[in-house]
Amino acid sequence: MKQYFKTMKTATKVDYATYAGVVLAFVIVMLCQSMGLLSRSITGMLVPICCYICMSLSLNLTVGVLGELSLGHAGFMSVGAFTGIITSMCLSASVSSELVRIVLSLVVGTIFAAVVGLVVGIPVLRLRGDYLAIVTLAFGEIIKDIINCLLVGWDERGLHIALNFDGTKSIDSLGLSENGIEIIKGAQGASGNDRIATFVVGFVLVMITLIVVLNLVRSRTGRAVMAIRDNRIAAESVGINVTKYKLIAFVTSAALAGAAGALFGLNYSSVSAAQFDFNTSILVLVYVVLGGLGNMWGSIIATVVLYVLPEALRQFSDYRMLVYAIVLILVMLATHNPILRSFFTRLFRREKEDGSAVRAVKGGGSHE
Amino acid sequence: MSNKRPETKLVPVPSVNKIPERDVDKSPILEAQHLGIDFGGLTAVNEFNMAIGRTEIAGLIGPNGAGKTTVFNLLTKVYQPTRGTILLDGLDTAGKTTAQVNRMGIARTFQNIRLFDNLSVEDNVKIGMHNTIHSGMLSSVLRLPSYWREEKIAHQRALELLSLFDMQDLANAKAGSLPYGAQRRLEIVRALGTNPSLLLLDEPAAGMNPSETAELMENIVKIRDTFQIAILLIEHDMSLVMGICEGICVLNFGQIIAKGTPTEIQNNPEVIKAYLGNGKEV
Repeated sequence: MKQYFKTMKTATKVDYATYAGVVLAFVIVMLCQSMGLLSRSITGMLVPICCYICMSLSLNLTVGVLGELSLGHAGFMSVGAFTGIITSMCLSASVSSELVRIVLSLVVGTIFAAVVGLVVGIPVLRLRGDYLAIVTLAFGEIIKDIINCLLVGWDERGLHIALNFDGTKSIDSLGLSENGIEIIKGAQGASGNDRIATFVVGFVLVMITLIVVLNLVRSRTGRAVMAIRDNRIAAESVGINVTKYKLIAFVTSAALAGAAGALFGLNYSSVSAAQFDFNTSILVLVYVVLGGLGNMWGSIIATVVLYVLPEALRQFSDYRMLVYAIVLILVMLATHNPILRSFFTRLFRREKEDGSAVRAVKGGGSHE
Repeated sequence: MSNKRPETKLVPVPSVNKIPERDVDKSPILEAQHLGIDFGGLTAVNEFNMAIGRTEIAGLIGPNGAGKTTVFNLLTKVYQPTRGTILLDGLDTAGKTTAQVNRMGIARTFQNIRLFDNLSVEDNVKIGMHNTIHSGMLSSVLRLPSYWREEKIAHQRALELLSLFDMQDLANAKAGSLPYGAQRRLEIVRALGTNPSLLLLDEPAAGMNPSETAELMENIVKIRDTFQIAILLIEHDMSLVMGICEGICVLNFGQIIAKGTPTEIQNNPEVIKAYLGNGKEV
């Protein structure tokens, strides 16, 4: 066993350490919760933190691994959230088990977000350059506007959907029967939802996202995606279908964001499209950039810290966002500081030296 | 291994081209016919005819700006040719993309090195082997047995290929951190990973000292002998070209001005004129 651990690659060790860290964090939180150490405000943040971890992991797949900028990731979250809510509400009468309902809702949210990702990705990913950023930016806004005029209801006859583009319709124009459920009411969004999301489901979703992303990166598919990021022309020259692999990475990323969105939607009794705006997309991008592009455990830590920070800064009241911004700048300066970096490199070198012939040959050239 | 070869005799194939005598009973691996490309009004390459035998080492030489790399880009479909046909193993490559042409059997290296700098040496080779590994996305995400099997085979094969150039110890190093010569060799290994039948080398000896060049010559011949593939190389180092190439094609201003064996090329007045000018103008 020890021998096996020694021969493992550094990347594999980092992966296992990431899994172990997430499981450990989950166990600690569950223990604290069972002992009643967590305040209500912290308990309320657990599920959203899980959602945002999934969001930043999935965005890291697009931005860090594929190397394309996406500015509309909240759009996919929104698609997942509302399709998830619709599924959960429709099934509320027929399926009694909350667990089955939430799993089905997550699956539906994932599928819809993947389909939307495919529709956005097919035309855009054929182009070279920063078009994905422009199109996803517009996509986020379009999705928000569409859901703002969406009216959805459910009764015995099935699902009723109407689009209120000219402002003349209301939820009554769906013609629901007496025991019908009004699910999405235009700009008000969805309210009166069952709050069936739990921290355990959130943890499982984080683990699934992590496994999908990490296993994908360390596979033939992931290598092809990273090859496109590093050198598109060389990737083509070794027979990689560039559009196909860009699309795989982007659609996977959108699907995972959809799952995160579905969980997010099921955690609140009221959700509106305005919550998934450009600021949310940028927020997730900030998590990814601060955590390190292509660095999954970095994304997780950055998400947790930066999500909890604004809450922890409540004592500064009006100056809260100011302090938040200063902290962001300090973190950026610290992570890009060459002296600090070399300090950490020296700290980890001893571990790296054992059994690596590379260092002997190269005289210490490559640090990850 | 010695670089001495028996004197090659080039024999004509049914078209206007020539290939080595030993490959004559087989069709040429590559045949370019009347190939040409225009960039706007500028004709970069015109009437390029060339055949390469199945196990031939062929050279493409010419002064700077003659259009040698453009020919490579035409053969690998980085540019779509304006005129002419490229037959790879008898199959027309018209309308194919770079990736498809690679799957048909053409692999290349680049004049300015294009490695996947942030990935390890082994991963670079494995990316080269992309189309020889078959595990799909589902089996890799779920880590099914087929994933482990394919990865194990890929790992062994990558180390085998790297050992051609004695680079197996560098497998975990980052490609971008390798010294220049090793990066050039890694590009060749990565190209070999695609399992090509024709290898295009764009100035493989650029920036190498004479002893490294001599080693490279041995290695190119070794690659040809081990894999039984054809190699077409662009090179300015005449000792390399004259030492290992069997057929040489000289390009000037986008036109072929001479074809033949090294001895024929060395004595060709047109070639001497293209490289040195014709004394009268001075």
